[in-house]
Amino acid sequence: MAARTGSKDIITLRGSAAIVSEFFGYAANSILYNRGVYPEESFVKVKKYGLPMLLTDDQGVKSFITNLTAQLSEWLEAGKLQRIVLVIMSKASGEVLERWNFSIETDGEVVDQGVSREKSDKEIMREIQAIMRQIASSITYLPCLDEPCVFDVLAYTDTDVAVPFTWIESDPKLIANPQMVKLHSFDTKIHKVDTLVSYKNDEWDEQ
Amino acid sequence: MDARSWSSSRKRHPLHKKNAENCDRFIPNRSAMDLGYAHYMLTEGTKGKENSTAATLTSPGREAYQKKLAEACNMDRTRILAFKNKPPVPVEAIPKHILSLPSHPPSKSVKKSRRSIPQSSERTLDAPDFLDDFYLNLLDWGSSNVVSIALSNTVYLWDASDSSTAELVTVEEDDGPVTSVNWAPDGRHLAIGLNNSHVQLWDSMTSKLVRTLRGGHQGRVCSLAWNNHILTTGGMDGKIVNNDVRVRSHIVETYRGHQQEVCGLKWSGTGQQLASGGNDNFVHIWDRSMSSTSLPTRWLHRFEEHRGAVKALAWCPFQANLLASGGGGDDQCIKFWNTHTGACLNSVNTGSQVCALLWNKNERELLSSHGFTENQLALWKYPSMVKMAELNGHTSRVLCMAQSPDGCTVASAAGDETLRFWNVFGTPEVAESASKAKKVEPFAYVHRIR
Repeated sequence: MAARTGSKDIITLRGSAAIVSEFFGYAANSILYNRGVYPEESFVKVKKYGLPMLLTDDQGVKSFITNLTAQLSEWLEAGKLQRIVLVIMSKASGEVLERWNFSIETDGEVVDQGVSREKSDKEIMREIQAIMRQIASSITYLPCLDEPCVFDVLAYTDTDVAVPFTWIESDPKLIANPQMVKLHSFDTKIHKVDTLVSYKNDEWDEQ
Repeated sequence: MDARSWSSSRKRHPLHKKNAENCDRFIPNRSAMDLGYAHYMLTEGTKGKENSTAATLTSPGREAYQKKLAEACNMDRTRILAFKNKPPVPVEAIPKHILSLPSHPPSKSVKKSRRSIPQSSERTLDAPDFLDDFYLNLLDWGSSNVVSIALSNTVYLWDASDSSTAELVTVEEDDGPVTSVNWAPDGRHLAIGLNNSHVQLWDSMTSKLVRTLRGGHQGRVCSLAWNNHILTTGGMDGKIVNNDVRVRSHIVETYRGHQQEVCGLKWSGTGQQLASGGNDNFVHIWDRSMSSTSLPTRWLHRFEEHRGAVKALAWCPFQANLLASGGGGDDQCIKFWNTHTGACLNSVNTGSQVCALLWNKNERELLSSHGFTENQLALWKYPSMVKMAELNGHTSRVLCMAQSPDGCTVASAAGDETLRFWNVFGTPEVAESASKAKKVEPFAYVHRIR
């Protein structure tokens, strides 16, 4: 799927932003599938990152994620995005049950001076693959979501970002006293993405 | 320390251990996991014992903790954004309609030349007998560019295009004084709230009384807000009444939620939500679609954070669901609310009573008017809330503000019985609505990679 040109190992800001936003699109789909937020039937299988990945076929969700990643890549290119959080909430009570936190560190030099970095496509894909495997395997330790859930995505940006008309400001939707598991991270040499999932403590677990 | 807490966390989390060993799908990243530290932050860390060595580590737990701390102090340096349109709820397998979102405006900020903000008022008019009463709303600037101001029992009209003054009406001594004025959206009809609980509708073209609305309130009517043909009135009795001015029995809805005088009343730009502020320090958000004739309408949100009467309310013109509210003498804060979720986004202590708030229609700025000690107008940059300018001139608290239809000039009326005009919001820019149509495609920007 990935288009390749002659200069293999050079990565530009644009390319890096595209990789990260694309990664988030697949990661969000994978989380929604693996955590059962949407019914299993609404997903279709594709091959990506050397793994079978599942993508939603639901038009509403599809367009939500498409619009989201489009905006994200714009912010990523400007170096304004600090973090993306996918929040899973109880549909009934609105209580936040899980937060998938993708922290982004941007290489300021690249944004300011427009230089490019060197890292092979293959290596980045391998790092992303490891995260995707971890997301898929996360169901083994995350608590069961035994009630209907909804999701939302929060973007943490710099304060000088103009709020697009389709976006509103939000509260952080934090979980009180959460349990956290850090996953692998990947680095395009321009954007470093750390993945972390925090979830509501099971009552019997801690006390 | 790390090693010990790691092992203790293992002991206390048999779940993790089991999964790590028995489940072939879990691929732990030992170097990145640092569960011991996470555990430490969750137990000891949150009890308030800050560890100095922790400062060098960038644990997300610590980040979250700092985030909370920063929010408590209102020192948040990031913005948290979410899509206005939420993803579809899972159960509806096929959404009724597929929303095609409008394309995002280009986020590249266009360098704007700095504008100078005149520090003194452009024009000052005498306003004898202007009542120095915090709760009244005695000034409004209509869409036909006419300023209406109530001076005791009389309502005057000042035409901003030719600077001519006219007296619209002097009410009877027993009925007055006039406690509120508000222009209808057509810029022709003016609603006048009176001390005797009546509301009069006047035609400014013919200077004729069109109708009088009675029976809505038990006390004076000190706040008014139009929403098309609905005139919403707020009274000293704490009631908010929606009047349909077209029909004979004009009271169509009553909102009960305030215990004291309703002094601030504003409809949102879409006309969907009404914000009301009262002397009981509450701000309520009312949703039009939630109202029904049979049951008393309940508020959508109640904000109890202000510690003084809330008269100053302003809906943001460039961001939906964003409301700014300002508290009176005991509170002195400007607070920002997401009225969709009910979240408080920011709070700024101004150090003085907040009497009125206005958003700049052309720039992301907010103007507030204050009382003791400076009696100033303050211009704030949003969202950073950096104070850009202070405008002095009034010698008593600045009770009311109104914005010209082009959004550039602000009129302010104060207890010093003057009406001042300020050229604070600059010149209107040509709306550069270059909404480039962007192709919507699956999130792969494959063609862009390298």
